[in-house]
Amino acid sequence: MSKRRPAALSDVQCVSLVQELLRERLCHQKLPDQPIGLDSQYKHLLELLRRTAVHGESNSVLIVGPRGSGKTMLLGCVLRELMSLKEVQKNVLLVELNGLLQTDDKIALKEITRQLHLENVVGDKVFGSFAENLAFLLEALKKGDKSSSRPVLFLLDEFDLFAHHKNQTLLYNLLDVSQSAQTPVAVVGLTCRLDVLELLEKRVKSRFSHRQIHLFSSLSFSQYVDVVRLQLSLPQDFPDHRFSSQWNQSVTKLCEDKSVLEVLKRSFNSSKDFRSLYSLLFMAVSRVSVSHSTLCEADFLESGRLISADSKANVLHGLSILELCLIIAMKHLNDTYDGEPFNFQMVHNEFKKFIQRKSHSIHKFEKPVVMKAFEHLLQLELVRPVDSGVCKVQREYQLMRLMLEHGQVMEALQRYPQCPTDVKQWALSAFA
Amino acid sequence: MPVTLQCPGYPEDTLRTLAEKLPCRETQVTSLLSLMGQPDHYSYPSVFIYGHRATGKSHVVLTIMKDLELPHASVDCVECVSAGLLFYQVLSALFGPDSAALLPRCPSLSDFVRLYKQMSSNTPATQTRYIVLDRAERIRDMDFSLLPALLRLQELVNDNVTIILLSEIVWEKFRPNTGCFEPLLFHFPDYSKVELVQILSKDHHPSYTPELYASYINILLGVFFSVCRDLRELRHLAMLNFSKFCEPLEKGEAKESDIHKLWKNIEPHLHRAMQTVYLREVSSVQWEQQQMDEKEATALRGLSAHAHIELPYYSKFLLIAAYLASFNPARTDRRFFLKSHGKIKKTNFLKKHEKTSNHLLGPKPFPLDRLLAIFYSVVDSRVAPTASIFSQISSLVTLQLLSQVGHDDQLDSPKYKCAVSLDFILAISRTVSFDVVKYLYDFL
Repeated sequence: MSKRRPAALSDVQCVSLVQELLRERLCHQKLPDQPIGLDSQYKHLLELLRRTAVHGESNSVLIVGPRGSGKTMLLGCVLRELMSLKEVQKNVLLVELNGLLQTDDKIALKEITRQLHLENVVGDKVFGSFAENLAFLLEALKKGDKSSSRPVLFLLDEFDLFAHHKNQTLLYNLLDVSQSAQTPVAVVGLTCRLDVLELLEKRVKSRFSHRQIHLFSSLSFSQYVDVVRLQLSLPQDFPDHRFSSQWNQSVTKLCEDKSVLEVLKRSFNSSKDFRSLYSLLFMAVSRVSVSHSTLCEADFLESGRLISADSKANVLHGLSILELCLIIAMKHLNDTYDGEPFNFQMVHNEFKKFIQRKSHSIHKFEKPVVMKAFEHLLQLELVRPVDSGVCKVQREYQLMRLMLEHGQVMEALQRYPQCPTDVKQWALSAFA
Repeated sequence: MPVTLQCPGYPEDTLRTLAEKLPCRETQVTSLLSLMGQPDHYSYPSVFIYGHRATGKSHVVLTIMKDLELPHASVDCVECVSAGLLFYQVLSALFGPDSAALLPRCPSLSDFVRLYKQMSSNTPATQTRYIVLDRAERIRDMDFSLLPALLRLQELVNDNVTIILLSEIVWEKFRPNTGCFEPLLFHFPDYSKVELVQILSKDHHPSYTPELYASYINILLGVFFSVCRDLRELRHLAMLNFSKFCEPLEKGEAKESDIHKLWKNIEPHLHRAMQTVYLREVSSVQWEQQQMDEKEATALRGLSAHAHIELPYYSKFLLIAAYLASFNPARTDRRFFLKSHGKIKKTNFLKKHEKTSNHLLGPKPFPLDRLLAIFYSVVDSRVAPTASIFSQISSLVTLQLLSQVGHDDQLDSPKYKCAVSLDFILAISRTVSFDVVKYLYDFL
């Protein structure tokens, strides 16, 4: 650090730049230069969309894959490539719809009108049917251009939610346009449901081309580690060369470290998708600061611990002794009556038996105090009413179920700070 | 403060005052700040913060937002009865009330995202915008697509925005069945006893020494800690009872060093407080009044002591009959209510088939016919089944002393359950001099 070249940046600036770069990569899902491991799918989709854009062919395709498998990323890369072609750039129109936002067909149609910049054309015309309205929109495009009509790409995110619309009018009309030789359209659906074709009505299904692109991660663990290295390392054009080479070296070293590999292995075993990996990396990267300017294994261990923490155990840790006793009583009821639902009266009875027979550390509580503790558990949704009907029975007779595993209760008891010994013994004893 | 917060991009002196404002939350604040990063950098799209009530979730988050002057919108989801109100509050907090006025009358998510995009393209984000949603468990009850859409709002509006969800309930209960963008989970642990003492001793009385107040807090926690860990509740109780604690000091009966004497004075008082003011049986105003007048604490009747209701004569018997029908098995009716009930083996009858008593399992439903049959046998005089009798039954239902089971048929053989406690029915039967216990199967 003593000999700093004049061109080099100070440490503070470097760290800030690294943070900016990696944060944008990890949480803003910046498009990579080339999708990794998806070459054939990429080519297929690009060719398909190019045909629509250049030759005026109508197509429909579904991209199916689990969450975090890179569907949007693939589509984004393809569109970037497509739009770099000159003849396409001027000609093609994009309409992006999302099943989460456009929750019914009326909203979707309004959104289509807006994205095609046709609000002034439509004005306040009245249309007889949805199909008429859509046909008018596409017709307007045909007239808008001198030579012929312009191709439209419909990108439907969360495609399965569109299938829940009434009569699937939007899907029917879009696919119908793509089947009958009218305006060239391409309908691209993104979904995470494998059974999405079963959701479609018969008439909609018959108009769909049944082209599906599946994105299933076929990553091996070594490839997974490569992805980690690629995601964390700094690019060539980073302003400070010395810092970036230092950083990249430390990243390479980290990817060979045993304890880091163990954390990654655990993450890999729980799921292969990139989102959960990115959240792990993000946690680690966010710990980098000026005083601690390179990633180290402790960061990974800490973030791995945070990600894999059991949240119910965390909640159990914060309960009061009385509430913990009630949970133990419920556990005993579950054991003796084999998972039958219980009510407050039974739990209180069980708790009373414990107080009378065994306990010395806990003094007697009034029933309303116990009730208050019970209701707190209800509020935390650690117990759930069997039938969620509104208060038809008195509160103490409402049937409940415990939403915890046997093991979770026992582990929470072990970790509980200053747990009275007789409570622990009560929990361990087979008979309440 | 031993811990100094460090985070580039924020003014240092505000960070220092921040650490003083948020006691016992240094680690959480540090890691939260490191997650948020510098103000102009991207932050994770959604963060889910969970922890028990009064562990300082919203306090910490909002103090950070306010003191560092970050652009944020904080919304309490309990207030948002419709999604439209939520959109309105978010837009007006982030872009001023003019932009929120552009929302249509019943805004959909699509309108919100469109307006947000429009506004953020006019004024691009120089800093991360935060949307803080307090008591986020209410969002689940709203539109099904609202939660998944909010979780990936950063992607949808393509702006530097982060959603912070605060809740008491764990994330597993939120996840929609088709999945969604997973937020970062962040836990606020509960305060330990030492930390509670430290925080509660901060608001000590100016005319007494801090040590005295700390020892008072220790005594208070000794009584209440096994029941309640809610900081807000404990603080309220500490404020209410402090004057009683100081009473011997003011009278000159004890000195500040006589902790044992003070403890002896306050301890029964605190136990009484647990049974009354902790359960809101008496209001805190009444409680303070009582301390002032130096009355005996039990002299005041709480809310639950007013449970007795004055009812008409036949209604009382109807209710008693309903109670008997609910808590006695139908096969024992012959034995209890028929004068000449033929031969029933006594041993056979008394052998209890059910292991657990009915008072543990709760009331059972019974048909109207059975109610009337028991009613006629417990009422001495002859009663005609007039309209008034039937209307009294349905008015007992509206008073929620009975409840109707299964709403399928109103006229043809409706079924009821009795929804009153044993104490209540004992009090009622005493007024008509009827011995209920003699007729209850559980108490044979």
